[in-house]
Amino acid sequence: MTSNTNPMRRSVGWLGLKRGHQAHPVEWLAEKAIFLISLSAILMVFLIFVFVAREAWPVLRGQANSSLVRPVIPVEQMDQLSPQKLQDYLGLTPKQYALMDQETMKSLMEVKIEASKEVPDDKDARLNTVSWRYLARPYQWTGYDHPVSIWQPVSPVPKFNIIPLIIGSLKATLVALVFGVPLALGAAVYVSQLAAPRYREWLKPGIELLAGIPSVVLGFFALIVLASFFQGLFGYQSRLNAFVAGIALGLAIIPVVFSIAEDALTSVPRSYTQAALALGASRWQAAWQVVLPAALPGVFAAAVLGFGRAVGETMVVLMASGNASIVSWSLWDSTRTVTATIAAELAETVFGGNHYRILFLIGTLLFVVTFLSNWAGDVIVHRLKKRLEGKI
Amino acid sequence: MSRPRSFAAERFDYGSFLFTGLTAAATFLILAILAVILGHILLHGWESLSWRFITAGTEKDMFDVHKTGVFPMIIGTAARVILMSIFVVPVGVITAIYLTEYARASSIATRIIRGAVNNLAGVPSIVFGLFGLGFFINFVGQNMDAVLRPDSPDPLWGKPAILWASLTLAVMTLPVMIVATEESLRAIPQGLREGSLALGATKLQTILRVVLPQALPGIMTGAILAISRAAGEVAPILFTGAAYYMAQLPTSLTDQFMDLGYHVFVLSTQSPNIEQTRPILYATVVVLLLLTFALNVVAILIRARIRAKMRAVS
Repeated sequence: MTSNTNPMRRSVGWLGLKRGHQAHPVEWLAEKAIFLISLSAILMVFLIFVFVAREAWPVLRGQANSSLVRPVIPVEQMDQLSPQKLQDYLGLTPKQYALMDQETMKSLMEVKIEASKEVPDDKDARLNTVSWRYLARPYQWTGYDHPVSIWQPVSPVPKFNIIPLIIGSLKATLVALVFGVPLALGAAVYVSQLAAPRYREWLKPGIELLAGIPSVVLGFFALIVLASFFQGLFGYQSRLNAFVAGIALGLAIIPVVFSIAEDALTSVPRSYTQAALALGASRWQAAWQVVLPAALPGVFAAAVLGFGRAVGETMVVLMASGNASIVSWSLWDSTRTVTATIAAELAETVFGGNHYRILFLIGTLLFVVTFLSNWAGDVIVHRLKKRLEGKI
Repeated sequence: MSRPRSFAAERFDYGSFLFTGLTAAATFLILAILAVILGHILLHGWESLSWRFITAGTEKDMFDVHKTGVFPMIIGTAARVILMSIFVVPVGVITAIYLTEYARASSIATRIIRGAVNNLAGVPSIVFGLFGLGFFINFVGQNMDAVLRPDSPDPLWGKPAILWASLTLAVMTLPVMIVATEESLRAIPQGLREGSLALGATKLQTILRVVLPQALPGIMTGAILAISRAAGEVAPILFTGAAYYMAQLPTSLTDQFMDLGYHVFVLSTQSPNIEQTRPILYATVVVLLLLTFALNVVAILIRARIRAKMRAVS
């Protein structure tokens, strides 16, 4: 009512929605619906975090216990247990519990007793290997003469140390950045500043075509062609290693880094270049000393976003890195990354088991790392655009 | 006082030569690598590509060079991307409409939506796979089973299926769709909107009858880019619906499916004899590239035309 009498209020909408002169109910409803649907991107980012972290929750909170040595309850005491306790003891879901009769549960309890007799008799079997202590720090396992970090999820005593995986991811990413970023930045400078406009029209889409090659095809190319080529060139031992995977990964990030850097360089106002040229600078001096410094945050953001892409890339490293989880900083060693571990192992885990939850845990870590790098890159680009438009 | 610099360079400008040369070398090296990859694959794959290979189903032994084909994989991949576009196109277009037509650039809602879109674009594909499993299958699917079929012990919805794979891919390609549509909406001259409003059309009418028809090529580009991106992705469907082998084609939303990209992965890593299966591996890669790459080329061409149009407008 008041909005009709006050002309100022009419143009100020709710949460950025401007209502028109004649706010027909259908119009109003459509606007609200459009607004609500447009929130789905936010909802999805939120859901991704919540539901990936949800599967890892018991490990995050330290509730999971992988210790193989457990107190065993004799079968005769079954009647004294409360239904809830019995369900937990046998590791059943409520649905499974409801469908089971006494006899089956009795035999399950006997199985538990039998299983407890087969537990290996060493101190490692008593450890809860899914607690943070064993996930992130080296430990001296039985049979080793010094503390080590091991990822060995399928063994009598499962070992889930994530250090080898993180080192693997960092190695491959480092190679990818060292190879891909200079190439992509050089190309971005050339295409945006130095190339003649009529070539530009072809060069930019040409490089963007690289983004059209699916990562599984890049992985295939690295596995079948690049690996043999580099082995012939450098003569290293293991055919698939961090170097091969890193080069292929570099190819995957080049289009991303190129697009963002090119965009940042192009958004530097034409007048900057023109002023520099008018003062007698050559084209490369204008590009190197005027445009590049002005666009530097954008170029940096391109590298940051390239990092995010390289850390998260899956199929390339799954196929080309060799997948041996060893702690080594050598680029010529076979290596296993965080993403490849999830892709290779999740299908074989027991649903809801410790291994399954740990894989979701490293997935959550991966999400957090890429979220932060994307967010940082995004903020930098946003600020740069504002500054170049003269708003700060 | 130093002498004023002369405008004409008397000496050969080595710095300029080096800098321009290096950046040009980087550009052409990237293009050369692209050409080598495509050339190598096409050269090796073309000879083993035959009509029979494309139309034949696959036997139980999918590594048999003479009998196996990729028909089920083509159908599976096509089905999942078509299903995906049914979900992603409307949501993407509506979000883009909100961002360009309704939202004010400075409002908090717009900034958060933009941030979310950019972030979604950078989420690793394997995390989408985990999300599809954790949300669509373990949460939505299992709850659907609990509500719709409480008596049946074996899950119908709460297991990997083409529906869940498509939905996962739809979430993944949402940013592609939004960004492409937004770009084409911004390329439409403001005068068209103003003219429509001046003739008495409401905002919704303007959007539906003036803006959207003009933006159609851009929306098509977005959809094609999203499809081409999704068709080549393997990581998000590893746990949400792709099958190693299936005797039949998928017939319902809850079936699993065979997939071209996943098949490339299987052929190149699980083959008992890589030398022997090399021909079918290359041929499968060619089929996958024809599907994704050809779509991408079409999209880039349309996009280049839209960009040219936009430059003309501004």
